Amino acid sequence: MNDSPLNGWEMVIGLEVHAELATKTKMFSSALNSFGGAPNSNTDPVSLGLPGSLPVLNEKAVELAIRVGLALNCQVQNSVFARKNYFYPDMPKAYQISQFDLPINKDGWLELPDGRRIGIERAHLEEDTGKITHIGGGGRIHEASYSLIDYNRSGVPLIEIVGAPDLRSSEDAKEYVSELRSILVTIGASDGKMEEGSLRVDCNVSVRREGIEEFGTRCEIKNINSLRSLGRAIEYEARRQVDLIESGQEVEQQTRHWDEAEGRTHKLRSKEEAFDYRYFPEPDLVPVDPSSEWVQEISDSLPPLPRDRRHELAKATGVDPTEASLVVQRNLDGFALKTISLQADPSRVLVHIENNLAEGIGELTPEAFASLTMMEINGELTATQAKTVLADLVEAGGNPHEIAANHGFESMDNSELEEIVGQIIAENSDDWDAFINGDETEKKKKSGFFVGLVMKETKGQADGKIVNQILTAKAES
Amino acid sequence: MKAVEIAKKVASGELTARSVVEQHLENIKNLETEVNAFNIVTTEKALEDADQIDARIASGETLGPLAGVPIAVKDNLCTRGLETTCSSKILEGWKPPYNATVIDKLKRADAILIGKTNCDEFAMGSSTENSAFGPTRNPHNLELVPGGSSGGSAAAVAAGFSPLALGSDTGGSIRQPAALCGVVGVKPTYGRVSRYGLVAFASSLDQIGPFAKTVSDAALTLEIISGYDPRDSTSISENSPEITKVLDEGIEGMRIGVIEELSGKGLDGISEDVLLRVEEATKVFSKAGAIVEPASVPASIYGLSAYYVIAPAEASSNLARYDGIRFGPRTEAATTAETMTATRTKGFGDEVKRRIMLGTYALSAGYYDAYYGKSQKVRTLIMNDFAKAYEKFDILISPTAPTTAFPLGEKTTDPMQMYLQDVCTIPSNLAGHPAMSVPFGLGKDGMPIGVQILAPALAEQNMFRAARVLELGNGEISE
Repeated sequence: MNDSPLNGWEMVIGLEVHAELATKTKMFSSALNSFGGAPNSNTDPVSLGLPGSLPVLNEKAVELAIRVGLALNCQVQNSVFARKNYFYPDMPKAYQISQFDLPINKDGWLELPDGRRIGIERAHLEEDTGKITHIGGGGRIHEASYSLIDYNRSGVPLIEIVGAPDLRSSEDAKEYVSELRSILVTIGASDGKMEEGSLRVDCNVSVRREGIEEFGTRCEIKNINSLRSLGRAIEYEARRQVDLIESGQEVEQQTRHWDEAEGRTHKLRSKEEAFDYRYFPEPDLVPVDPSSEWVQEISDSLPPLPRDRRHELAKATGVDPTEASLVVQRNLDGFALKTISLQADPSRVLVHIENNLAEGIGELTPEAFASLTMMEINGELTATQAKTVLADLVEAGGNPHEIAANHGFESMDNSELEEIVGQIIAENSDDWDAFINGDETEKKKKSGFFVGLVMKETKGQADGKIVNQILTAKAES
Repeated sequence: MKAVEIAKKVASGELTARSVVEQHLENIKNLETEVNAFNIVTTEKALEDADQIDARIASGETLGPLAGVPIAVKDNLCTRGLETTCSSKILEGWKPPYNATVIDKLKRADAILIGKTNCDEFAMGSSTENSAFGPTRNPHNLELVPGGSSGGSAAAVAAGFSPLALGSDTGGSIRQPAALCGVVGVKPTYGRVSRYGLVAFASSLDQIGPFAKTVSDAALTLEIISGYDPRDSTSISENSPEITKVLDEGIEGMRIGVIEELSGKGLDGISEDVLLRVEEATKVFSKAGAIVEPASVPASIYGLSAYYVIAPAEASSNLARYDGIRFGPRTEAATTAETMTATRTKGFGDEVKRRIMLGTYALSAGYYDAYYGKSQKVRTLIMNDFAKAYEKFDILISPTAPTTAFPLGEKTTDPMQMYLQDVCTIPSNLAGHPAMSVPFGLGKDGMPIGVQILAPALAEQNMFRAARVLELGNGEISE
């Protein structure tokens, strides 16, 4: 199953996802956690790191972190905050309060729609930094004439979810992030908006020859701002590493920066230049020991997760969980199940949701949707007609029978249809011979040809399936 | 005059708050040039506050327990709109937008802030010679140091500039200068007093506490500044201890241990004069009905070594925010990193730099376990040894400082000699226990000596009862 273009090579990918937690206030103070707002308006002595200020842990952030841990099948444990020390102007205390050797969640997994489980090594709490804008010089730090710092984001609670190196392609990575995002949104932990930076992805990539167990040297890629860039960055980086090795060079362990415009990664620093963060337990905070009752309470309050919902829908519709994935992602699985419970045809329900309801259901009710699928099954509507009626139902609601009637979608009488088919056969005798005498491929091609002509003649009111039945019957007679 | 008496007389109208403040400002005017106890004297604001208190009393209002009592606070406590420098150039001109919790509490008790006191830069030192604004001198002998790091607060009380002062104690910074200046100095249980607004040196060790001329003044001040604070996660969720109430209950039957390791048998360098006073203290206690016996806290002799890893490690992180980006003077250079480096190089004094380097090293990858990790283990050992000792004793005693006040300049070139000043006080910080220094007689040089009283966590009541007995005994020996 090598869908990578790198013949003979396999990618090994592990992602670190930072998600801003949807709390009202910041992680360690009562300043507001909200996006936008005038620069430095959501600040206080704590989020500005003023001398003498002290952090006080936001209970809601802990609760949301535990929700994430439970949703990712992690072990929730007693945890300790640690200081991660480094100098940078967006970090007002010159240390980030994070978790190091005792994270709040560890050893979990996330299931991709195809059923593969991706390991979650840990999901820990930490605080966000401020934001720097470089003025002049095209926004780059080295040419800038000065820089502005906005500390509104400083101290916003983050959960860092460290995935195991279990992903094997850029598609895997994108699916993982989509699934993770879907989980975070479902449980109300984060709004998961990559474009606003509330969900950020760092990506570790290495390559190894197929069949080799041992991991290659990895590089970490930063500055990935969308799922699309994630895919591109991985493809670029894997190719770069394979090219290096194939030309007899070695991959150096590096942190690299993804440049979206250039479509390539640049070296930021090598392993030797990596920071020594001098982690040590944060003396201004006490350990976090959530009681087992509280954890249970949080667990009981979790809504059904995307994975469970996929499985439920798959069971109800008889399809593979993979095929139920899009419906769950669109958050329409509940709607689908309700519709199916009203005797709707499960496969038509899924097909319409996937193909025709990308923009939402509007005024469509499960009852109308169920009637619509029944009309299709009974041959009262063709697929094309059903699509039209469905669009009207989404737009303004109503009764599908009436809408169909208003459109003049009366299903055709079979004898009338037989007449039309006979006429078309007579007008296209060469094609008809080819249909009768041709091989399977030819037969298929010609049946499509005839159905097309019948549809044109009937302005789309004929049922393709029935046309095919008539063609077969005529050929055999 | 004692703070409790001032408050009583001001409340009753016998004295005006203005006259009290004026008297202390007069004392400051006469001696401050020589002592240099203050970084700022808040003359006008103090007089204004005094007039307000007098007006409220005239209107029949009942005032707080420190009505009209001047108090001097160490310059590492944040005061809204009033420069807070930690006696460092790197914070020169910085006016906090908020008050430390203790400042608000003092204000609610109607105390009057009379000034911000000098200290060793960022509370790092034992002589107040590491101040960027010049050393403080001992009011009993201007050639000698007042101790440190809260030397300005100790000197202010000793010189009669203020009946009360606040300091901070990370390894002895309240108790040692109290001993050297002949005043009472208290380090409460860790978490008893909110650290919110105390500029951090070593967060797991720092604790704010009072200086006073008398044990009862110190007790009242501690009651006022104590109590749970939701803004400090390490704050203890206990009510303020009722100390003044029990102060005169005596120590009949109290079991008092003399820590052998800190009283001549274990550590060198503790002077004969000091040991003699500790011995005399035991007699005072015995006479008052206590059972006094030798006690052993074996790991206490490793306190100093562990402290000089843990405190600098935390300090290296706490002091990293002084980069010139958001507050304080900035030394501009070509890049951001160079600007930070230049600012810090110029802004910090030698001792602060020494400790930042020590701490950075101790926390570095590959050294963490050998230094920081090991020191934390020693810390646990000390706690365990204290716990064992407190199975047998209610309180413990030892010298506060190994010597009386020493001449300015004597130890500035030898940091190790300076560090040894805190050898008896550090173990209480590592354990998080309360301890206080009570003046008890003089040395042959005529300089004050302090006896340290140590207690288990939250046992301030017993500690103060013993201190009160010692204070009365001190009156007898001086007479």
